[in-house]
Amino acid sequence: MEHVARLARLSLTDDEAERMVGELSGILEHVEDLAAIDLDGVPPTAHPLPLVNVLRADEVGPTLDREEVLAAAPDAADGRFRVPRILDAP
Amino acid sequence: MSVYEAVIGLELHVELATATKLFCSCPNEFGAEPNTNVCPVCLGLPGSLPVLNARAVELALRLAEALDFDVPDRSIFARKNYFYPDMPKDFQISQYESPILSDGRLEVDGATVGIERAHLEEDTGKTVHMGGGGRIHDAEHSLVDYNRAGVPLMEIVSRPDIRSAEQARAYVTELRGVLKAIGLSDVKMEEGSMRVDANVSVREAGAAEFGTKVEIKNMNSLRSLGRAIEHEIERQSAMLDAGERIIQETRHWNEDDGTTHGMRTKEGSSDYRYFPEPDLTPVAPTDEQRAAVRGALPELPAQQRSRLVALGVPEAAARTIVEAELTTYTTSATVSTATTADVANWVQGEVLARVNAEDADPEEKLPAARLGELVDLVAEGTISRAQAKEVFDQVWGTSKVPREVVKDQGLAQVSDEGELAKVIDDIITANPKESDAYRAGDDKARGKLQGFFIGQAMKATGGKANGQLLKKLLDDRLG
Repeated sequence: MEHVARLARLSLTDDEAERMVGELSGILEHVEDLAAIDLDGVPPTAHPLPLVNVLRADEVGPTLDREEVLAAAPDAADGRFRVPRILDAP
Repeated sequence: MSVYEAVIGLELHVELATATKLFCSCPNEFGAEPNTNVCPVCLGLPGSLPVLNARAVELALRLAEALDFDVPDRSIFARKNYFYPDMPKDFQISQYESPILSDGRLEVDGATVGIERAHLEEDTGKTVHMGGGGRIHDAEHSLVDYNRAGVPLMEIVSRPDIRSAEQARAYVTELRGVLKAIGLSDVKMEEGSMRVDANVSVREAGAAEFGTKVEIKNMNSLRSLGRAIEHEIERQSAMLDAGERIIQETRHWNEDDGTTHGMRTKEGSSDYRYFPEPDLTPVAPTDEQRAAVRGALPELPAQQRSRLVALGVPEAAARTIVEAELTTYTTSATVSTATTADVANWVQGEVLARVNAEDADPEEKLPAARLGELVDLVAEGTISRAQAKEVFDQVWGTSKVPREVVKDQGLAQVSDEGELAKVIDDIITANPKESDAYRAGDDKARGKLQGFFIGQAMKATGGKANGQLLKKLLDDRLG
């Protein structure tokens, strides 16, 4: 649970973690039900709709105004997004 | 000490030469002002949806023809999840279990290198680390430019069929030629439009099992690719000799000290939590699409080389010419097969030097037909090779015609046998000592004296005498 929470950058209280363990177990058990079905020769479904090749032409369209974009960011400098240090101190 | 064999696989990332990004219509261009080529899709703003660029699919299908790939009936995209500010969505759209191309191959100097797969994915943004000398580990904060985020990439993964640093370089060179020829990418390693990572392991020569592989990154030229692989082979061999175990890891090539050093362990493959991208439909290339691409496929480097060699161009020159993308120029300048080798010589010499120095299109500077004319002027004996060089300098970048330059400046060499015979006779009479020495001398002595006589004759004719004819006349008289 801790590992999954860390990958998603979620900080859970002990109570929350305990509740999530219960919920996740329920979900996993539900998925386990699939093991009871014979799925030989059934391809995995990545997409529920029978659509393929939805493509667009390689033509340039409008872009956003930089000032507007950066105004929505918590911090900016020098025309770029400013982010806190990426790696923890060693 | 044991004898070790290296096993190498290469992963290439190349930026596709499209007008727009992979999943949105922002321009795909290098060097724009930071964060000006961005939109809701590549910034990952809520509610935005990606749509695949048709051109990227077409380029992939071209690659399939060029490298003999299988094209699966359908391929899908996947989300690769990770937290790093170079992707605003906190995931990168890539392909995982189901790439657009699989099982290709490339002939490299007579050996076949298998290619496991090639898939489409989006590039990430560019991060600059501020403070702490610009290194990520010591930085105080970082600045991000998302112009590159979403730029289409093709990742091409070779099988571990490569056995030396030299072969690795040859593979990349050949592959780069193919990618350029089919218009897939401009493949500039120095500008980052092509990046190469190498998986290197060593094993005792003849062993069937692979050793533990190490991934090396950060090579920004073909030369550093070769150096990094050689260094890594030596490092791993020395470790095995010392009875140490190789650790599977990613190592960073340091160009300055010529070594690799370990990087922090990254999240393992399962931690990326790949899952099918729900916002993009599968790609299912049709037979019509494939046929259209097949019909329009340009000539590949290997085919260009064979064609040049068949025309009479020496193998090494053909390689240089094809790599410099001067195949069409060379064949256009070639009027008859008798002078093909001469044309090739000019192209890989003077022409290529000028093209590189001036970053010029040779056809604009000296139309191929005029180069052919210049070569003919030498072949037919009108001018000497040295005079031709002079003429070349005068016609390159101007609208002058070689034959007219020769005529206007009276450059034509003297090939009149009677006239030259008289010149030679005069020199022989005026230099009895040298003449006697020539008659009595061996081949070596004659070689030296020949230079003397030809030099005198050239002086007497203002450098215009036909050298071949002079040699013949001299031999007739003193030989």
